[in-house]
Amino acid sequence: MPNSTPKTRNSGAFWGPRYNRGHHVFATFVAFTTFLLIIAGALVTSNDAGLAVPDWPTSFGSFAMPRMVGGVLYEHGHRMIAGTTGILTIGLAVWTWVVERRAWMKKLALGALATIVAQAVLGGLTVLHFLPPAISTAHAVVGQTFFCIAVAIALFTGRQFIEQEPRTAVDRRRPRLITLTQLSVAVLYIQLVLGGMFRHKGMSWEPHVINAIAVAVILTWTAVRTISYYSEIEALRRPAIILLYLLIVQLALGFMAFLTKVVWGQNAVQPRPAMVWSTVSHVAVGALLLATAVVLAIQVWRHVAIPTEERARARRASVIATGSATVARSANREVSA
Amino acid sequence: MIMNRTSKIAIFALLAMGLLLLAACSKKESEVNTEQQTSQPTQAATPIDPNTVGSVSGTVKYEGAVPKPAKIDMSQDPACKGDNTAETIVVDNGNLANAFVYVKDGLGERTFQTPSEKVVLDQQGCRYHPHVLAFMTGQTVEIRNSDPTTHNIHPTPKENREWNESQAPKAAPLEKTFAREEIMLPVKCNQHPWMKMYMNVVKHPFFAVTDKSGKYELKGLPPGDYTIAVVHEKLGEQTQKVTVSPKESKTQDFKYGAGGAVTGGQ
Repeated sequence: MPNSTPKTRNSGAFWGPRYNRGHHVFATFVAFTTFLLIIAGALVTSNDAGLAVPDWPTSFGSFAMPRMVGGVLYEHGHRMIAGTTGILTIGLAVWTWVVERRAWMKKLALGALATIVAQAVLGGLTVLHFLPPAISTAHAVVGQTFFCIAVAIALFTGRQFIEQEPRTAVDRRRPRLITLTQLSVAVLYIQLVLGGMFRHKGMSWEPHVINAIAVAVILTWTAVRTISYYSEIEALRRPAIILLYLLIVQLALGFMAFLTKVVWGQNAVQPRPAMVWSTVSHVAVGALLLATAVVLAIQVWRHVAIPTEERARARRASVIATGSATVARSANREVSA
Repeated sequence: MIMNRTSKIAIFALLAMGLLLLAACSKKESEVNTEQQTSQPTQAATPIDPNTVGSVSGTVKYEGAVPKPAKIDMSQDPACKGDNTAETIVVDNGNLANAFVYVKDGLGERTFQTPSEKVVLDQQGCRYHPHVLAFMTGQTVEIRNSDPTTHNIHPTPKENREWNESQAPKAAPLEKTFAREEIMLPVKCNQHPWMKMYMNVVKHPFFAVTDKSGKYELKGLPPGDYTIAVVHEKLGEQTQKVTVSPKESKTQDFKYGAGGAVTGGQ
């Protein structure tokens, strides 16, 4: 059973984190900009404009704005939004470094910066090597990973996360809810890779569609388990419900994308609006689904504990395995059985 | 090894700079093109006795209902004016245009001189002219942009080196060569995704592309047994065996239908 009404932490303590509204709003804005960037990137691929600007990092040999027509509108527009997001991420990293007292948050902000740099390099490499499927897919995967990191930073800088004492519950079921959330993230990543390889002509559509079944089963299981047993904890209930809604929407969009691209679009002489918008929407909602799964995993880690005796067993096993007297601090909080 | 914060920041910064430098050492298009532009060494052509050569000619026909050409929406670029329809299947009075006909087999180890004349590919009205182009390995293709907008020319070959270059309005023509034989090599423009054409690169001069009359002629063929192939971007390939006697003019027609090649080319 969850414990009592959430208490406010003593955030006035010298060593504790402090809620900074401006920092949180900025982090949220970076996450939003990243979502727009994912949409812009999907528009490039769906409009077959990936090589409309043949060089990188310049555009037609210079850094000046080219004429934004045809495929250049999508490709260069994507680069402009990417550049803006990069600058915002630098700002976020600096701001986090200055205001944050949590050392892991500083590292996370640096990790975000490293990720967006890697993403920019992948984007350049895929243009210079004429869109090889593996690099283009890696670009898609790293892009959505960065989005998840940005959303996580927004979550971690939120007032609720910083100031409220988390309500907790014990998980005695198998598989553990934390395992289900991790499986959810993993199966979504596999789906992202398979979808990326199909979109970039490295693979047929069948693996992506078959894995969609696994996605549907695992995500539904995770969401239903969360809603059924932890509905009193809003931090768990809300992302679980959103996960279910997004899953339904995503499956419908996937079907539309399949119809417009694979079935009706076989002989299309140019990208048609229905195909473009269904495929772009499918990518965008996929990003939201992955980010929601990550948020749910974080919240389950924070709010749902495994029983003490099992934690002790796990620690003993870890000590034996590593041979070390010091075990890393557990991610789950202990609760008396 | 224990590192202090300064060392970690320094290493991270170095890594980031290294990644940026790596990316900045971008392969210039000119380096990619060098291999393409290296002129083929002039091959010593196998002598052919002009008193014995024959020819193969014919018509490529299409039977059945012709699919209505899809209308193309060029509104993405205001500089692309006029009407445009797809050229996937172009039929005029039952004659199929844009079919590539060539000698697929039968020439043995003969070599042929690469022509010095250039073939021209033009971009006008936001479409390629011609839709299907054929030339020899090592022969120069002159690519022009007659439109008031930038195009980018992007061949996507399997056998030759891939490249992708932009061409501004009124820019000097690009000159390219292709080193290896390749049939129906797709070429597209990433700025105007409806623009597509096909290049055919062969090692000998016995090829033709049909126009709206559907007719082709392969002249100057030494006597022998040949496999004549016709290839269409949508309808596929079909072949026929033809024997050419000294000074003989052979006729070989081909026929396509909605499902592709129709058995019995004549």
